Amino acid sequence: MITALFRFTTASIGAMLRGSRGYYLWVLFLLGWVALGGFAYTHQLRVGLSATNMLDQIPWGAYIANFTYLVGMAAAAVMLVIPAYVYDDHALHEVVVLGELLAVAVLIMCLLFVTVDIGRPDRFWHIIPVLGRFNWPISMLSWDVIALNGYLVLNFGITMYILFAKFRGLKPDRRKYVPFVFIAMVWAFSIHTVTAFLYSGMGARPHWNAAILAPRFLASAFAAGPSLMIIALSVIRDKMGFPVKDAALNRLRQIVAVTMLINLFFFFSEIFTELYSFKHHAASMRYLLFGLHGHNKLVPYIWSAMALDIFAAVVFITRRFYQNKMVLRLACGSAVVGVWVEKGMGLVIPGFVPSPLGEVVDYTPSFTEFCVSAAIWALGALIFTLLLKAAVPIELGKLRMATAKEAAQ
Amino acid sequence: MANTTDTNTSTLPSTLPSPEERVEKLVETRLKKTESRRNFLKLMGVGAGTASVAAATGCGSSAPTSEEFFRQHYKKLTDADKQRIFKRIEDETFARTGITTHIADPPPLDGVEFAYALNLSLCNGSRRCVEACARENNLPDDPEIRYIRVMEMEAGSLDFEEATADYNHERVPVKDKFYMPVQCHQCDNPPCTKACPVEATWKERDGIVVVDYNWCIGCRFCVVACPYFARRFNFTQPQVPPHAINPTQSYLSNRPRFKGVVEKCTFCLHRTRVGRLPACLEACPTGARKFGNLNDPNSELRTIISTKRVFVLKEDLATLPRFYYFFA
Repeated sequence: MITALFRFTTASIGAMLRGSRGYYLWVLFLLGWVALGGFAYTHQLRVGLSATNMLDQIPWGAYIANFTYLVGMAAAAVMLVIPAYVYDDHALHEVVVLGELLAVAVLIMCLLFVTVDIGRPDRFWHIIPVLGRFNWPISMLSWDVIALNGYLVLNFGITMYILFAKFRGLKPDRRKYVPFVFIAMVWAFSIHTVTAFLYSGMGARPHWNAAILAPRFLASAFAAGPSLMIIALSVIRDKMGFPVKDAALNRLRQIVAVTMLINLFFFFSEIFTELYSFKHHAASMRYLLFGLHGHNKLVPYIWSAMALDIFAAVVFITRRFYQNKMVLRLACGSAVVGVWVEKGMGLVIPGFVPSPLGEVVDYTPSFTEFCVSAAIWALGALIFTLLLKAAVPIELGKLRMATAKEAAQ
Repeated sequence: MANTTDTNTSTLPSTLPSPEERVEKLVETRLKKTESRRNFLKLMGVGAGTASVAAATGCGSSAPTSEEFFRQHYKKLTDADKQRIFKRIEDETFARTGITTHIADPPPLDGVEFAYALNLSLCNGSRRCVEACARENNLPDDPEIRYIRVMEMEAGSLDFEEATADYNHERVPVKDKFYMPVQCHQCDNPPCTKACPVEATWKERDGIVVVDYNWCIGCRFCVVACPYFARRFNFTQPQVPPHAINPTQSYLSNRPRFKGVVEKCTFCLHRTRVGRLPACLEACPTGARKFGNLNDPNSELRTIISTKRVFVLKEDLATLPRFYYFFA
């Protein structure tokens, strides 16, 4: 067992190190960004969070906006898992491990975005249960720590169990891992719900203090996540020779057609409730959509995001459009970007504007924030690439312990 | 949670000016120099000598010592731990600035629950409370951190959106405006302490909400949760020039802070728990501020609450502030 695990690790690393020129260039490109972000983060560690454009009025910025969005992307893996395991969709079952690996990479990004956001990363141990003082169950953030780490362990465990079994030429024992798949299914909903509760539980911030927030989080995540999966699976099919069936892509397209419409409907409901009553608490929504007291930094972004969302929705439901692969991929890209803007900066920042004392302050990320954020995205892409590089040949039966042994000899 | 020492000002070297004198002097100097803060800092720099300012800025080195890294939560510290830690902080401050400070840890008093009342009819927007608070609590001018925010409100409106904190007039008060100072309301049902994932902030027996600066991880969830904009985050290393340091300090209030942690108004617990009044109250030129023990039926505060028509901010949030406003 131990030797097999050792072989599994070395063979996987071996697979990650071998590749075409294009593969090396891609990895190098990502590493370049990671290095740049590393420098930026050291700068931030030295001078403090004043390296960012955050203020007391805007206590969270690009880091937490990205974090919020990515938690949804991680949760969205469940949109592959449910059809695969509950409805026995065979086409999706063949790619479900890839979706779970994406969740692993994205969760690592989430944890990194939180780490770079905190003022005292050296005190991380204070949040470890028993060792530190874990404010559970009162603080929603403590729930989020459990939810995210638990989901990471579940997805990593499930994928590694399956891949390890296949590596040894065995059939994964369903009794051993399917129960965990079902736990992960519920857990996926919990991670994004808890993240939404971080916001909606804030009585001090009327913009977030709404019951629609958690449902909206899930809807937008289940629109953007499978959209990204469609793009990723297309690339995996083209570049790595993994036979992704059209049926799998089409099932995902059907899912995002519904979730994107639900997402737009939720957002519209929220806009209507806020603007029609025209109560005081609608100031944040007015700031977001039209600007407030001459401050209108977010206005062009939110309207672009809505245009992208609507474009994606139209493509997803119109046969003539989605049958064209390029148009479909463009729409998927629009959904990924549209939701990123709409529920990243478009949700986090208006919660702070106006401030509890009525101040209107604009925010745009600083250069440091941009570099660090870009680096975490690059690192996530790198982790996903490396995981795929080993997982795809194992899934295809090309990388097996028996053959690896021969290769070693 | 026994206190390590009841001592306060009495243990200080007699050569130091009394805190009141110091605050008064500093407030006077600051308020006369309305031109610019930068100018003021330059003046201070000349007065104190460039070297000492450089010394003050030298505390920017951020790597925690192993003692700091492993230091336990305030509530887990024994009396011996506290003595050792306080001594250490005092020594560090002396090495850095040449100023002898004294750190105490006055405990909440039995049967005391503090509360504040502020007469909006009297407040004239002079912002002397803001400056006195800054000096008392060792708040930096660079970057500027202030616990009290005085809002200039439109007459006839309690709408903060119509208000501004950035007013700058030759004379205050201005016609058709009134002034509303806002600071930590020391809520009885504080949303900030609920938010904290590591219990680095909590409500003490006397109602004061405190922060353990050595336990806070700097996530700023409490800043987000506060409906009164009362919490401040140290985005960078706070700089207090040596001559401006208030040497009478306590672990849970005005001792030196560092970058990456949250801080806030503590009703000057290092003063109020030993029978003195908050610095903001003493600095108020109009007598608008009243402070006292909510449990004492004979206190002026209780008289105000029972006889005036008091109100609290954002009552609908059920935070139950210990900070009352009234017009009288």
